[in-house]
Amino acid sequence: MTSFFNALPGAVAQGLIWGIMAIGVYITYKLLDIADLTVDGSFCTGAATCVVLVMAGNSVWVGLLGAALAGALAGLATGFFHTKCGIPAILSGILTQLGLWSVNLAIMGMKANLPMNVNNYKLLVSLRYLQEVQKGTRPFYQHPIFVVCLLTLAIIAVLYWFFGTELGSSIRATGANGNMARAQGINTNFNKVLGLALSNALVALSGALLCQYNGAADINMGRGAIVIGLASIIIGDVVFGKLFRNFGLKLLAVSIGAIIYYIVIQFVISTLSINTNYMKLISSLIVAVFLAVPYWQQTYTHKKQKEGKVC
Amino acid sequence: MLKLETVWKTFNPGTVNEKTALHGLNLHMQEGDFVTVIGGNGAGKSTMLNAIAGVFPVDSGKITIGGVDVTALPEYKRAKYIGRVFQDPMMGTAATMQIEENLALAARRGKPRTLRPGITKADREFYQEQLKILGLGLENRMTAKVGLLSGGQRQALTLLMATLQKPKLLLLDEHTAALDPKTAAKVLDATQRIVEKDHLTTLMITHNMRDAIAYGNRLIMMYDGQIVVDVSGEEKKNLTVEHLLNLFSQASGSDEVSDKMVLS
Repeated sequence: MTSFFNALPGAVAQGLIWGIMAIGVYITYKLLDIADLTVDGSFCTGAATCVVLVMAGNSVWVGLLGAALAGALAGLATGFFHTKCGIPAILSGILTQLGLWSVNLAIMGMKANLPMNVNNYKLLVSLRYLQEVQKGTRPFYQHPIFVVCLLTLAIIAVLYWFFGTELGSSIRATGANGNMARAQGINTNFNKVLGLALSNALVALSGALLCQYNGAADINMGRGAIVIGLASIIIGDVVFGKLFRNFGLKLLAVSIGAIIYYIVIQFVISTLSINTNYMKLISSLIVAVFLAVPYWQQTYTHKKQKEGKVC
Repeated sequence: MLKLETVWKTFNPGTVNEKTALHGLNLHMQEGDFVTVIGGNGAGKSTMLNAIAGVFPVDSGKITIGGVDVTALPEYKRAKYIGRVFQDPMMGTAATMQIEENLALAARRGKPRTLRPGITKADREFYQEQLKILGLGLENRMTAKVGLLSGGQRQALTLLMATLQKPKLLLLDEHTAALDPKTAAKVLDATQRIVEKDHLTTLMITHNMRDAIAYGNRLIMMYDGQIVVDVSGEEKKNLTVEHLLNLFSQASGSDEVSDKMVLS
């Protein structure tokens, strides 16, 4: 149990970082009604781009910006496959994701793992900083939780503003009812591409933060990201769905959902001493159950109605 | 205003399901015309409307709206000229968005969508005034999600959205068919009022022969992807359902009138 509490700040920091990725997934999954599998690749694209840029002597902000742009390009590719080539959205995402594997390796100079020593670069977040703030050798405002919290709130504020604009509303309409959107003169294909680019920019930004936090970019770091994203959205919705009606608060719920997810994972790892290699299996099963619950509820009540037990 | 010149459309060409839905269709509407369209199932009524709206490209022919050739324009670009209400009440509105958000989207039809706020205070007051015209009390539920509304309310809202930006052409695709008779009458009444108020050029499909006779200044009947009956002016005013059925069997050369048409 003590090991769990010791690891708690780290879990929260990681959850916050992944929360930004989950907010990106929220844009495609909830607003555009597209299950975009690009994220498994674009997460690493962000990390790789950031590490390479920072190690080339650029500031960490350039690294983050470059990562976001690279992610947006990945989203653009998926959007191109989907809207210009007529490939179903889910398959378009898979194609981009697969292609990104090579692209990511190329960015990292054909290395599967690219370490970045925290002592040699001025980073925004790092596990080392977290430990040093706890020891008192660093000021609190360099604590990863504090930094990523601020960043998350800034991102939520910008998204809240954007999706309230004429353009942002038209993206929401595209996902809510494509027929209606086109009848109202909205270019739904353009909006889908824009949404995919925006979403993957956030996903890549999250990857860029995680590689700083871990001190390395790894070719496998985005594997299963979509599942973590969905898990965060679902947990956020289950816990805060009734409470949070406002769009900004809904995004906040996604971020908190990611934190809860990582705390639970940390709890399982530290108390049940399960081999961490089983985590992906456990995660996918948990998400499957959460996705299935609404369906089960529906069929169950339907059956009851048929039997005449519920009027 | 609207001109269709020998428009052809065949679905699933080269397969067993091949169906020529528009058979070299010609239609010419004057500005301010309110044309009602009747015809059996598969006559090509909806196909004609969808061809005008640009839901799919036509095989050949030319479509112009107000002198602009729109034949090659995608659906979302034609929306600049066209207001539409669909048969399915679910189709014309975004259920997960608020009433005022839906109206705001419609208010930008044919205009660029920028980074300005989607709804301003002045917009809100304008929408409220417009909603009052419907007489459904929706003006007091501006922030309610559209998904909470009944089918009739949604159709009325869609109608308002289609005409919020005055369209050059209003397309109504059996927009009361999915409603109960009382609600249908209300929505039709609202349609009549809005069309008259803004002098809208309107093309309305209906399954109901009486409605087709009662509304509009011109009536066309379709059969097999062509217009077989075209009545307007005094002749239309004096039409009866019986007379219309006679006209139809003469024009189509058969007694084959669908039960649905007779009964409605």
